[in-house]
Amino acid sequence: MKKLLSGNEALARGAWEAGVRAAFGYPGTPSTEILENLVKYDGPYCEWSPNEKVAMEAAAGAAIGGARSMVTMKLVGLNVAADPMMTLSYIGVVGGMVIVVADDPGMNSSQTEQDTRHYARLAKLPVLEPGSAVECREYMMKAFDISEKYRCPVIIRTTTCVSHSRFLCEVGERQASRDSAFEHNPSQFCPLPIWGRKLRRDVEERMVAQAAEACGSALNQESKRGTKLGIISSSVAALHCLDAFPEASVLKLGWAWPFPDELIRDFASRMDRIAVIEEGDPILEEHVKSLGIACDGKNVTPRCGELTPIVIQGVKARLEGAEAPVAKPVADANDLPGRPPMLCAGCPHRGIFFGLTKYDVIVTGDIGCYSLGVFPPLSRTDTILCMGGGFTVAHGMVQAGEKRPVVGIVGDSTFFHSGMTGLLNMVYNQGKAILIVVDNRTTAMTGHQDHPGTGRTLMGKPTAEASIEKIAEACGVKRIRVVNPYDLKQVDDVLKESLAADEMTLIISRAPCILKERRQLGPKPSVDTAACKKCKACLKLGCPAIELSDAKAAPSVNSSLCIGCGLCVQTCKFGAMK
Amino acid sequence: MLMDCNLLCFMYVKRFFRVCSTHGFKMLKNVMLCGVGGQGILFAAKIIAAAAELSGYDVTTNELHGMAQRGGSVTAQVRFGDGFHSPLFREGEADVLCALEPVEGLRCAHWLKADGKAAVSAQRLIPVTVSTGRATYPADLDERLVRSFKTLKYIDCCAIALKLGDLRLANTVMVGALSGWLGLPESSWQAAVERSVKTGLVENNMAALKAGQEA
Repeated sequence: MKKLLSGNEALARGAWEAGVRAAFGYPGTPSTEILENLVKYDGPYCEWSPNEKVAMEAAAGAAIGGARSMVTMKLVGLNVAADPMMTLSYIGVVGGMVIVVADDPGMNSSQTEQDTRHYARLAKLPVLEPGSAVECREYMMKAFDISEKYRCPVIIRTTTCVSHSRFLCEVGERQASRDSAFEHNPSQFCPLPIWGRKLRRDVEERMVAQAAEACGSALNQESKRGTKLGIISSSVAALHCLDAFPEASVLKLGWAWPFPDELIRDFASRMDRIAVIEEGDPILEEHVKSLGIACDGKNVTPRCGELTPIVIQGVKARLEGAEAPVAKPVADANDLPGRPPMLCAGCPHRGIFFGLTKYDVIVTGDIGCYSLGVFPPLSRTDTILCMGGGFTVAHGMVQAGEKRPVVGIVGDSTFFHSGMTGLLNMVYNQGKAILIVVDNRTTAMTGHQDHPGTGRTLMGKPTAEASIEKIAEACGVKRIRVVNPYDLKQVDDVLKESLAADEMTLIISRAPCILKERRQLGPKPSVDTAACKKCKACLKLGCPAIELSDAKAAPSVNSSLCIGCGLCVQTCKFGAMK
Repeated sequence: MLMDCNLLCFMYVKRFFRVCSTHGFKMLKNVMLCGVGGQGILFAAKIIAAAAELSGYDVTTNELHGMAQRGGSVTAQVRFGDGFHSPLFREGEADVLCALEPVEGLRCAHWLKADGKAAVSAQRLIPVTVSTGRATYPADLDERLVRSFKTLKYIDCCAIALKLGDLRLANTVMVGALSGWLGLPESSWQAAVERSVKTGLVENNMAALKAGQEA
């Protein structure tokens, strides 16, 4: 039977068929749907962990105990989870363990464009790179086998395009899964120096064996066509190349690391010219060159961004010494208004950002929907570093003598991910800033996943609801304020008194995400054009439901978008919005 | 003029192969969809892909998720037919464009082939860049659309959907509008709708599809 599955759905299907017993992860585009789909199947235990490090460690525990496990995250999540992964590579696993990392070439929804293959080399772990959903399912099953054979985790690296493209996939039935049944073996699982040095040597031997196996693996495939040009590629870029270079042979490396040297040498020996076309950093290219094989690579391929078909067409042109094609919009599209993403109509975050526009403060932001507070007209975010950075960057500025008040913002899911430690640090080291948790009761940006504060697990079970207030109290925060972000006066009062206070304040701005709740908050206002003075105060909210198509006219409310949050009614001094 | 019988046969065989090369053995259709995050572009892509799959074609789709969903410009691609590997096609290769918002349609017009066809919704969504005075929404939008698309169905799908009793049917109306351009049998569209919506909504969506076809 064939099913039209996205890469992420196929990864979930492959893991399920392979008998995965337990799966862990933290949501992050483009990886989120893997666990969201796996949980729909009977059998595996699935969870959202508070962060990627916790997820990696839990998956390690399951696999050390002998069960098959999986952990999923986006590229930047692996930075958080890197610590356990490095040691896990040494001590190894008993049950198969797959680490799925979704990269984001083109930075569609990520703050960096880092190439996870570097991590595979650093951790000395094999990396498989499926290019389609069909391969996502197959590679996942193969990854569990490789993992158990070599007793080490296997990394599957996808990209946004691979994770979010749908293909017709063959599907099968589930293999039996094993529970954890741990066996005591300290020289394997406790890397004290006396045992660790042996484990270190084992890793090197393992890689030699893996490179040999990769040379004959069906994961590495050659499409035999002409011999004038041979392309070495991986992932979806290889599929683009198969379409764009009908005459060229393509060596598609699905198991690219440890490098299958003999395979590469053999392929290159049969070709007049070699080009390495890879998305991300020139990892394959540099290795091919180190084998003494001359090749084109990043001299004709961009280092940054996604290798889309038009970009590949440019690579082809450069290889042929021709001019690269440019995708030009039609003439009538040259002056179109931009349409950046923004906070939804009725978003509870808007009240906080609007409240902050009144004060000369520095706002250190974080990762989530509230990153959108950076855009005009709110323009109320000054820095975005990483998950949890909203609190810690504020702290560092204050401790370094910053004269302006600093406000640090994190979301609720981010608070549990890594905001808590920053809060603890500020209390402990007597920092003084205003910290705000914009608590919309969900992980909103990635599509409404549960977290430790929602009182529900990924598997739909009711559970303890972690209290941000009580955690803050336990850390030693004295000033804690909970505000309703739809009440602009309340927001302003709390901001004013907090700025005047001589100690740190934690403000919890609490109202559920309207995209999740999908309910009307109040009556939809309309503009009384006679009373409207066209002062445009309401437009400073940056609400998509308040439209102004002619600069001289009065604004109007788009009733299909408005959910009646009432912020615009509160901003109108003339009573025209009612 | 009387024609030699052999020559006549030869011409028919030649024509048969030409027909096969465009509609039979080597067929590839690229559909580009665009709109504003939250409009339901993925749902439209899902129905088109299902119709292609149910017609027996190999099919792929590509969608952009994530940050762009919050009211930003979004696109999706659907490919079906044979002889392709990548789920993506490039600018200038789309046979059909489906735009759920007219400005987004213009923004993606260059994805169409020279003889490509466009179905564009007349529902205007004013971007916040316009509302805050940093950009203007084109006043001559209709003229621009006519200039930019050789074959254009410019449809007030929201009005049609409201007439059918549910604004949420607007996307299905748009899919209906382009359905005739893809060479898929009517039965596949029916089955695609049945597969893509809840049982109680099939009838409404079929009515919307039909209304789109006739628009």
